[in-house]
Amino acid sequence: MIAAALIVFREVLEAALIVAVVLGATRGVSGRGRWVVGGIAAGIAGAVIVAIFAGAISDGLDGRGQELFNAAVLLAAVAMLAWHNIWMNQHGREIAAEMRRLGHDVTMGARPLTALAVVVALAVLREGSETVLFLYGLIANGAGWNTLVTGGALGLAAGVALGWLLYRGLLAIPLGRFFTAVSWLILLLAAGLAAGAAAYLTQAGILPELSPQLWDTSWLLAQDSWLGTLLHILIGYNDRPMGVQVAFYVATVALILALMRPAQARTKQ
Amino acid sequence: MRGFAPFVLAVLVSVPSFAADEHERTIVIENHRFSPELVEVPKGVRVKLVIDNRDATPEEFESLDLRREKVVAGKSKGTVWVGPLPAGEYKFFGDFNQATAQGKLVAK
Repeated sequence: MIAAALIVFREVLEAALIVAVVLGATRGVSGRGRWVVGGIAAGIAGAVIVAIFAGAISDGLDGRGQELFNAAVLLAAVAMLAWHNIWMNQHGREIAAEMRRLGHDVTMGARPLTALAVVVALAVLREGSETVLFLYGLIANGAGWNTLVTGGALGLAAGVALGWLLYRGLLAIPLGRFFTAVSWLILLLAAGLAAGAAAYLTQAGILPELSPQLWDTSWLLAQDSWLGTLLHILIGYNDRPMGVQVAFYVATVALILALMRPAQARTKQ
Repeated sequence: MRGFAPFVLAVLVSVPSFAADEHERTIVIENHRFSPELVEVPKGVRVKLVIDNRDATPEEFESLDLRREKVVAGKSKGTVWVGPLPAGEYKFFGDFNQATAQGKLVAK
């Protein structure tokens, strides 16, 4: 049961942390709850469908289906996060000012909320489909429903609790610096996801590794340690990255920053 | 993102060219164990690992050392590319059955 709870916890954690960042990014926006819950629901539905067709997806595209699917899901999330950052760069200051002036929730366009709901759905979809497959395996192995339900519930609760902690932590940032801080967090989150996509594409034999291991900082902070896992999910920390992962990471940061710049210039005029 | 699409396309098209000279190894999963548990591969070349899951349940072939993770459905096969690897030992495991599914890849 503990083993089941731990695996479910690990899968849930990544999605929960991403949901926490999205909740932070939509701080003070009215109606955001519906979008986030909608994103989670869509993600769970998608996860079950993906799990059912796991065999077909895996066999598809010459045995590269799963990697291409994962990479596509990750890159779609990167695009949505990038778009959100570019949009917020234009409107974030107005929203923060309005929040302080009104002292209550403000309205934000439906489009940025849609982008973030998609990010939530994609995170839940990716982690959820593995959870569904794992739990299915447990049943097929003859584990009782008791183990399954208790283990699953424990893991889920622990993952959600950590996500909630992160959200509370984000809210502790003063409002004046809040949107800048969240914007940096989203930038690094997007870069980390892009590096993850690069890893899937090398696994599929589509991209070269460029270098099998650019550095090894596992002695300093192992990626499978608690802190290493958290930093891996949030800012893409990697203790032994391949060259192509670092290239994707740096390129994503540079690209998003470059796209944010013209928006900044426009607001100043 | 628009500038990215041609790049991806170019990469996808160029796949067969460097996937040509391949070394292949098959790792069978049965009763939540790997067979063989010790896999030898030549160093410095790309290797195609075929994960043949003969159990009815899904398994995730995972390696922190190789930075690979692949879910393989029950009664099916999955392909994972690794390398070119420097000489050394690389542990791998079945994420869904870690108590029994443990193995090591040795590049030399």
